[in-house]
Order: sequence, then C-alpha cells, then structure tokens
Amino acid sequence: MEIIVDRAKCTSLGICESLAPDVFEVDDNGELVLKAATVPDGLRDDVEAAIAGCPTEALRLRD
Amino acid sequence: MGASPERIVVVGASLAGLRAVEAARKAGFGGPVTLIGAEDHLPYDRPPLSKAYLDEGDPVTPWFRTADHLTGELGIDLRLGTPASALDTASRTVVVGRDEIPYDVAVIATGARPRTLPGADGLAGVHTLRTLDDARAVRAALDAGARTVVVGAGFIGSEVASGARKRGLPVTVVEAMPTPLVRAVGEAMGQRCAALHRANGTDLRCGVGVAGFEGDGRVERVRLSDGTAVEADLVVVGVGAQPATGWLAGSGVTLDDGVVCDATLATGGPGVYAAGDVARWHNPLFDRPMRLEHWTSAAEQGAAAVRNALDPSAARPYETVPYFWSDWYDTRIQFVGVPTADEVVVVEDGSGAAGGRQVALYREGDRLVGALTVNGQSVIMKYRGLIMRRTSWADALDFARARREA
Repeated sequence: MEIIVDRAKCTSLGICESLAPDVFEVDDNGELVLKAATVPDGLRDDVEAAIAGCPTEALRLRD
Repeated sequence: MGASPERIVVVGASLAGLRAVEAARKAGFGGPVTLIGAEDHLPYDRPPLSKAYLDEGDPVTPWFRTADHLTGELGIDLRLGTPASALDTASRTVVVGRDEIPYDVAVIATGARPRTLPGADGLAGVHTLRTLDDARAVRAALDAGARTVVVGAGFIGSEVASGARKRGLPVTVVEAMPTPLVRAVGEAMGQRCAALHRANGTDLRCGVGVAGFEGDGRVERVRLSDGTAVEADLVVVGVGAQPATGWLAGSGVTLDDGVVCDATLATGGPGVYAAGDVARWHNPLFDRPMRLEHWTSAAEQGAAAVRNALDPSAARPYETVPYFWSDWYDTRIQFVGVPTADEVVVVEDGSGAAGGRQVALYREGDRLVGALTVNGQSVIMKYRGLIMRRTSWADALDFARARREA
C-alpha cells in the first residue's frame, strides 16, 4: 500500500508523526517528509491511525 | 445490556459526534444511527473558523462531509436545527423537539458554549467565535474594515487579532490577567506569546478588564476598567467556554464541569458515553480527570466512545497526550501535554530572530509532562512521543540538548 500526501491540504500539524514516527516526520522547514513510501510491515494500524488523525484529511492509502 | 445494541443516538453534530457515527459504521454496526445537531448546518470543522476562514478573499467553508455521504452512504438519520432538550437514562430516550428517540447506546458530544460578557445583549457587532454563523459575522465585519477589539488574549482571540492584522486593520486585545495564557502555557511562555502580538502591531493591554460597551444599537466603543475606552466596530469575546450540559439536568448522568466519565468514556448511565469538549474523563496517562477542548481528543474520543459502547467487554481506556496548535501571524504555536508544572524550562530560545524557534519543557515530579514550541514543528511531536512513553525529566533534558546541538 502506497502512502499518499495531498500537499495542498497538509499543514504539517504533525499528528501523523506522533502516531507513526517511523513513517512520518515534519522537517525543519515545516514540511512533512515520508520516511517510507509504502506501509512498512507491522505498521498498518499506526498508519491508519495517522490517516484518521489528520485534521486536514491530507493522507490516504493507494493499492 | 444483554443483547447487542440496536439503536445508536449521538447528540452533537460537530467533530466528536461525526467521528462517533463514522466509527459505528466502520465497526460494522448496521442498525439505526441518529445524529442530532443544534445548528442547521451540516457538520463542519472549527479550527479554520478563527484562522484561514477570516482571510481576505472568498472563504472556504470547512464542511466535513456532504449530506449525501452522511445520509446516503452512511445511512445516518440526521436531525439538524434543533438541540436535544433531555436525556432519560431510565427510559433510554433522547428528547428532540417533540420527539423522543429511543437508544441502546447514546454518545453525548454537545461540546462547549463560549462564555459571554454582560452588557452586550442587543448590541450588534459584539460576537463570540465558535460557530460557523459567528465566523460569518466576524468575517463580514473584517471585510467592512472594522476597528477590532478582542476581549481575551487566549488562542481564539489571538487568532482573530492575527486575522485582522493580516488585513492591516487596527486591533486592540484586552486581557484581564497580567500575562496572557498563564493557565494554558504558564508565565514565561505566556510572556513570549504576548511579544508576538506587540511585534505585529496589535495593541495588547494586559491586566485590564472590560467595564462596559457603548453604542446606539451597534457597538461603538469598549470602556475598560482602567478608565480608558477603545473605539470599535467589531468586538470578539474570547474568554473561554463552558461544557454544554444544561440539557442533561435530571438525566441521572453525573455532571462536574462536564459529563463525568471513566477511562473508557462511559458515564455510568447504561449505554451512555461522552466525547469531545463536554467529556471529563479519567486520562490514565496522567492519572487524573481531564476535560479538553482540543481537536485531536474530540476526534479520537468520538470514535473510541462508540467502539467501547458497542463492545463494553472489550472496552479500552482512552489515554492521550493533549495536543493543540494555534496560528498567530506567521507563527505556529504548538503545545503537547499538561501545563500544570512544578517547573518550566526554556530549552531553545530563538526569540531574538524572526521565525526563531522556542521550546519550553514542563516538569511534574521527575517526569516530562508538557512541551510548548513556537516555530518548532520538527520537534513538537518528538516531545509528544517522549511524554507518551512517560519519559523522565532528566532524559527529556538530554534529548533537548542533543536536538539543540544537532
């Protein structure tokens, strides 16, 4: 599963990073960086929590 | 409750209520789900109302979902425009208008109501800012070039001040406490936040109260407790909110500055749970009751309450590190944890430079319990992780030192 960030919606609030820190990270420029392009083994629940937790609904998965 | 629940009623159609009905369907619940909202509007998102929604240009209304999605795809019975007036835990019904809606599971998500000030009744131009209708009125006044007075230098008021300054309008912020945000972030960081107002041309007056409003049908000036007065076309009152629990009097649900819940968000009334701003629940991570008015916890509690209600034998405690953010001028302020600290230490101080990062850590006993950042988007969630993992104060300071030297 590929992780998609809608850059037009993302405001780097960082909730995804707190729920799945191995996948998401906000950098020093305030940009969201994907540390993995696809959902890593064993982190599906964390990534889904991050998607559900995003206040701007900027994250989704694509088969 | 013997059999599995057949009917769900969610009272309150904002974020927590929306997430509750969505979680019910996601959990495979196929029975009737009613969502009751006091306002005529479909569910919408509140944080943008005091931020982007106030900007110049065509406003984008932050609707969450379309009516088709809610009623068609999710099969939700939407009851908008009339607030619930009573909950009867004995007969298991919620009263809306002339209807009594039966439930097996009820989620109370009626949120909070902004506090108001006396003397503004019937005076046009004086607003609180919580609902979409409030935001439309405030926006219209800014569009008309209002001279703005904000009462209360909290987050909502400060965001309104930022929005007005972005348009180049004159803004005065009146704050009763000597330092803004003392209860939210403590003295030292409250001072630093106050400096952002002054640096951006907002006239911030602290330690001053509002003595009254003057105007003929419409506000013209605000009289202050120090004897001065400020001319105003728009007054936005941001002096906090109270949980909307009036309709629960006599319901049998325990009220104490909110609906009292256990760690699983259960109220004790059979099948009755609470979520969002109205809920005072036991947060195991800090081992204390909390009532939060934050986006993240409202969203998570809405979903958690329904999941627990549908399967009480597998109910999971809801624990969280509180998180809120606020956008002032070009600066983002973020806070994680709790501000009631034994000690606050500023571990990064870039306050001298525009866009400089500031980080303050909050200690309780020997534990890190809070972190505040100004322009610290790349570190705030790392501190949230540390707080979640119950990190010691010493380890938190080590982490901060390593970040600073990195």
